[in-house]
Amino acid sequence: MKLGFLVDLNLCMGCKGCEIACKVENEVPLSSWRLRVKYIDIGTFPDTSRSFTPLRCNHCENAPCERICPVSALHYLDNGIVNVDSSRCIGCAGCMMACPYGAIYMDPESNTADKCTYCAHRIETGLMPACVVACPVEANIFGDVEDETSHISRYIMAHQGNIQVRKPEKHTDPKHYYVGGGNNTLNPLAHERIEGYGLFNNITHLDTIGDPHHSILDRFLTPIFGGHHENEGNLGFADMPNDGGHNEHEEGGH
Amino acid sequence: MDHVSTIEATKAIVTLDVPLPGIIWGWMITLNMWAKSIGTGVILVGAYLLHKHKKDDMPNLRWMMPLISFVALNVFLLFTLLDLHQPLRMINIFIHPHWTSAITVGAWMASLFTGLITLMALIGFFDAFPNFRRQCGLAKAVRAKSGLYEKVFPFVVFLALPVTMYTAIIMAESSARELWAPGAEVIQMILAALMVGSASLILIAGKWSAEARKDLAFILASSVFLSFLMYMGEYFFSFKAAEVEATLAYVHSGGSYFGQFWAAMVLGYIIPFFIATSSLKVENRTMMKFAAVTTLIGLYLAKSTWLEIPQMLPLS
Repeated sequence: MKLGFLVDLNLCMGCKGCEIACKVENEVPLSSWRLRVKYIDIGTFPDTSRSFTPLRCNHCENAPCERICPVSALHYLDNGIVNVDSSRCIGCAGCMMACPYGAIYMDPESNTADKCTYCAHRIETGLMPACVVACPVEANIFGDVEDETSHISRYIMAHQGNIQVRKPEKHTDPKHYYVGGGNNTLNPLAHERIEGYGLFNNITHLDTIGDPHHSILDRFLTPIFGGHHENEGNLGFADMPNDGGHNEHEEGGH
Repeated sequence: MDHVSTIEATKAIVTLDVPLPGIIWGWMITLNMWAKSIGTGVILVGAYLLHKHKKDDMPNLRWMMPLISFVALNVFLLFTLLDLHQPLRMINIFIHPHWTSAITVGAWMASLFTGLITLMALIGFFDAFPNFRRQCGLAKAVRAKSGLYEKVFPFVVFLALPVTMYTAIIMAESSARELWAPGAEVIQMILAALMVGSASLILIAGKWSAEARKDLAFILASSVFLSFLMYMGEYFFSFKAAEVEATLAYVHSGGSYFGQFWAAMVLGYIIPFFIATSSLKVENRTMMKFAAVTTLIGLYLAKSTWLEIPQMLPLS
């Protein structure tokens, strides 16, 4: 058995129901996401279109996160899921550096790495992942990709030639597929993040990865220097102004 | 905001997303790599000098070399530990090792290396100061095993190479960061060790023979030259991979990393190169010490830049 996921981007309407269901089911803390839906706009008014791309762990068959984890906290289950053992994780963040999809986060409450597990705890009891259940248009399709009679296998067969994975050049062999995806939706370098164009203002990076005061040294230095991860010029990448120093939080919509 | 008029029809714009992670491995990992380079570099350079010159030419090398290494390695280990989000679980690397991870292999090798260096530092120190703690049981025991120093030293030199290089393998395993090309990083790690190894020894070489000091200047000049060439090659010509090109384009366009990178090149590479090459002809000890200090600062800045810039890449 090899469990896989498929998202039909032609069906997804960006309701973020999956995102919320995931947050609730897995008690994902604030400032962390196992699953997020990204909105991407293209075109010039009035000829514009908006696409929605749910992004989660790809459960790669050749997972860089599993390879780099020094203590096997990230490990494969028999059904192909790349699972996390939080009780073993040392919080080195090697997996965050290795994952080409940015799918792993440092849980600020447990101070351990965490990510989508395809709701392994639900699957164990015969339930579908929470995001699949929540999707109102059945854009999320989940099942055994090695079983040719499964819904996902039949869906893949029916859409031959229009199945994509993210970053195939990384040879991670993702078990998360998209139908109707394209360069703009699946390649993070193909779209830009420009201040003023978003539904919310102030494009940001997170100030801290996980608990800002996780180390013993931080606990000594923070009262003196006020924390060391204060964005340190890390706002912005190619698409953002290269002024290297803003430190702003997302603030409401317009 | 002038966004109404300038957007191209074919340009895709992210209009709703979560904030992206910022720097994951920051200054502590930079310090970790920098200190490790010193810890292994003084051993590699010291071994070469001991092989080529008489011990009397470098009277304090036998105890200062492992002592510098010991201090640097403990800084390295301390900040490795402090950077963990669960530092007390570091023990899991030893009781639940996962051998495909370069972090695991490196932690084991670095621990063994530090253990051997500790032994050498103790022997070297108590031999250098025979009247220090004469009656102390530990000092007596260490002095009684003085011969171990020379027996352990070849293994330490052998181990210094993989301990220097394993961080490059961690960077290679960080497959999300294409800037870190494994081949280049392995060589850069060795050159970094030679740079700061020679720079550290220059600071304690005041009473050494002129020939030994000249060798140090040569090692410094050649290592900074080669490392600088590699950085220039990577900085200006790494446009074969889209992610690398995007990362470097971001730095090229200005901003804090642009300034930091060039400050690193000037301090860590250009200044020491010219001072060290000129010292090969006419020695100027004060300037050599200045070059040693700028090398140490420059390498830290270079490591910091190269570690952090690929982390600015949006991965999804």
